Amino acid sequence: MKRVLTIFAAATAMLTVGLAKAEGELFIYNWTEYTPPELIAKFEKESGIKVSVDTYDSNETLLAKLQAGATGYDIVVPSQNFVPILVREGLIQKVGVHSLPNYKNLEDRWKKPEWDPEQEYTGPWQWGTTSFSYNSELYSGKGASLKEFFEPNDQVKGRLSVFQTPDEVVSLANIYLGIPFCSEDAKQMKKIQDMLVRQKEYVVAYNSETMSDLLASGEAIITNHWSGFSRLGRLTGAPIVYAYPKEGVVGWYDSMVVPTSAKNVENAKKFMNFMMDPVNMAMLTENQGYGDAVKGTAQYYSDELKSAPEINPPADLKVFFAPTCSPKAQSLIDKVWTKVMQ
Amino acid sequence: MSDWLPRSAAGRRWLGLAPSYFVIGIFMLVPMIIMGVFSFLEPNPYGGVKPVGSMAAYVKLFFEYDLEDQLVFNPGYINIIFRSFQLSFGATLLCLVFGFPVAYYITLQPENRRNFYIYLVTIPFWTNLLIRTFAWIIILGRGGVIETPLLAAGIIEDSLRMMYTDGAIAIGLTYSYLPLMVLPIYASLEKLDFRLLEAASDLYANRLEVMTRVVIPLCKPGIIAGCILVFIPCLGAFIAPNLLGGGKKLMLGSLVQFQFASARNWPFGAALSMLLLSAVVIMLIFYARAAKKRAAMEGDG
Amino acid sequence: MQKSSSPRKSKKILPVGHYRGLGGWTVFFFIFLYLPIVVLIFYSFNANRMVMNWGGFGFEWYLKAFQNEDIQKAVWNSLIVATVSTIFATAIATIGALVLARGGNFRGKTVSLGLITLPLMVPEIVTAVAVLIFFSAIGMNWGLGNVIIAHITFCIPFAFMPIRARLEGMDTSLEQAARDLYASEWETFRYVTVPLLMPGIVAGAMLAFVISMDDFIITLMVGGAGSTTLPVYIYSMIRRGLTPEINAVSTVLLLVSIGIVTAYWVVSKKSQTDTVH
Repeated sequence: MKRVLTIFAAATAMLTVGLAKAEGELFIYNWTEYTPPELIAKFEKESGIKVSVDTYDSNETLLAKLQAGATGYDIVVPSQNFVPILVREGLIQKVGVHSLPNYKNLEDRWKKPEWDPEQEYTGPWQWGTTSFSYNSELYSGKGASLKEFFEPNDQVKGRLSVFQTPDEVVSLANIYLGIPFCSEDAKQMKKIQDMLVRQKEYVVAYNSETMSDLLASGEAIITNHWSGFSRLGRLTGAPIVYAYPKEGVVGWYDSMVVPTSAKNVENAKKFMNFMMDPVNMAMLTENQGYGDAVKGTAQYYSDELKSAPEINPPADLKVFFAPTCSPKAQSLIDKVWTKVMQ
Repeated sequence: MSDWLPRSAAGRRWLGLAPSYFVIGIFMLVPMIIMGVFSFLEPNPYGGVKPVGSMAAYVKLFFEYDLEDQLVFNPGYINIIFRSFQLSFGATLLCLVFGFPVAYYITLQPENRRNFYIYLVTIPFWTNLLIRTFAWIIILGRGGVIETPLLAAGIIEDSLRMMYTDGAIAIGLTYSYLPLMVLPIYASLEKLDFRLLEAASDLYANRLEVMTRVVIPLCKPGIIAGCILVFIPCLGAFIAPNLLGGGKKLMLGSLVQFQFASARNWPFGAALSMLLLSAVVIMLIFYARAAKKRAAMEGDG
Repeated sequence: MQKSSSPRKSKKILPVGHYRGLGGWTVFFFIFLYLPIVVLIFYSFNANRMVMNWGGFGFEWYLKAFQNEDIQKAVWNSLIVATVSTIFATAIATIGALVLARGGNFRGKTVSLGLITLPLMVPEIVTAVAVLIFFSAIGMNWGLGNVIIAHITFCIPFAFMPIRARLEGMDTSLEQAARDLYASEWETFRYVTVPLLMPGIVAGAMLAFVISMDDFIITLMVGGAGSTTLPVYIYSMIRRGLTPEINAVSTVLLLVSIGIVTAYWVVSKKSQTDTVH
């Protein structure tokens, strides 16, 4: 009985810790392993603010949680196509990122993104691309075209891996077939559906988790992949090459935003400003290996990162950032995917 | 000590059930009623619901609009539900066949060793399901624990391609839910009086008859509890089908997940869950009816 | 090696209720159960960054795990949640099961049974979203407390099922005897019913603990700031790829739990022999 009471007391203590909202705190909600501890330590030391980091697994989770009314977070890190949704639903607030002192460091290319043209909401985190990778020892192609992914040759039969969720796969298909993103035309979407059904004959797995392992073991020869994740696979010694097809790749841009329910808005702005300092942003990029949007970070990169093909794409690469789809377009995408998965 | 307990049997009954009613009633039943209401509303385009009544979610279960905007019957979702029931049934059967003899064996052990075995059954499940599933990929996969020695010995020449098959899903599901089968069966077998077995044997029952006529009927509550505990979570499982099966066919668990995440159609997700819930409840009611009938018949005989 | 001319093993007469091959089957069962665990532990010494590709032997992931405060906090959160919810869920399930198995037939029995097993019948994601909406509606924001309450709720049926299975058909003659010998109701419950029920309670508590330790979606959804548990941490790592750090943490957890169990076993065995002598 005593033991039960002790545990109960411990639990109650934990609850009160959860309740305490002292000043000088910052609650960050981010993807796991996306917030380097050394960066947080540096910020805590410089600002005296106590930072707490929680983690989620996907944009969808973040949206569902904020939508259902979750509170307590001061900074969250959604991808670009979720920013307009969060704005429209009134889930994030204007913090005037453009007026922060370090805003001047932002690369001009990223100063007026279409998802936040006034730069009221979003501070930069990381950006990268989605394409496919191949095992260069098992595959004779060069990853020059999206055809190799969507209509592969027989070498790849039963050795192709595709992402498990439709959004990025359909976006790549849009690029390959020259169909505009978020098409509301059922006939165009039928073309995508037919292609994905044919592609399925080559698929060994729909997978968004173990792409590098699949390539390294040879279970798959070609997989859908993200740039930085593919680099990590290559760094373990596997012959993994990230493809830059001529049709272009899908881009994504994750940024910091402040939920409407945030309690420590000023601290959140301090953190955003801190992250736009090239020294700090370079720390993040070095740790993550995607790309950043801040001027002057490259001088702090390690040599390996400076020369990594995954974050230094060819100059003529076309990168398409998927916008937020209308409900009608989204439901077509879901319809296509449900049919492919029959 | 027990003075404060109510005197009447009914009073005691409700006092005993009160904590369950309180916790599940507030934190499960009320949220589920909310979900039930959601299934009759219109989806908000970006997740959540609009306070407008609609049957669209239930219509969508069976019909779809084709390219000419005509409402036509769509067996797609029904197929997914059917497939999930099949898979769960298979996995439950495997767990039972695999787990029952072990639960029985544990019961035969001296008393102080039984708890040790029970711990032994549960310890692997202290590690995370995802990590355990990854371990199965290493075991079954190309160049994995099973293939490598066979390749080296020249028994096989190419990959056995065990991964990303229905067999891999079956192994994964069985592995995930085994303790849910073994523990209830053990809990109910453990009270088995072995003198009954001897009595049966003295009455010229052979070993098989001792098992089927005495042991199994006596531990039936445990077997049923185990089957329910395995079957229902299997219906919603998505890790084994996705990671081991390659996610080539949608299962109910992934489908519902998909509605609340990517598709952002909460009412449809809610309607699917209501359908699942009613299917399970109907199954259980049928079972309860059948059990009652049989009990009554045995009583007559 | 002893050479024997006695009849071969297969001709040995087994006692009633024993079956040939049971032992072998059990050994096979435990190999099946522990093979992935052995693989998992082996790969925690992987020097490679990827969980599934062997890159040489190393301890670096253990060092990393011991330096990683986030992961330690997540482990700690998981243990607190699992322990507290197991205790509450098992207690609630035990009295519930006693009423439902012993209370005779009464109006509302079937409904009560349905209610207790309700958390089992709903897909996790639905429970997760529904409970989150409910918590937000009533403005409940207790961080880890939210998670604990949700876990107690869905652990109840898992604890309930084995306990009820145990109670079903268990005769009441011992309790009757105790009452006849003027034991109070509480004494009868404490010294007769609970010990008789113990295997069921242990099995139920074990299930509740395991289920709670493994839950991901519900925790992810209902948890407030500061309530990341180990499964949430692990699942959210997927986008960057799992590292053997997770295997190292799992191995340490396994060793600790095996240590506790062994200690408990030794102690209880000792106290048993002490009472005998």
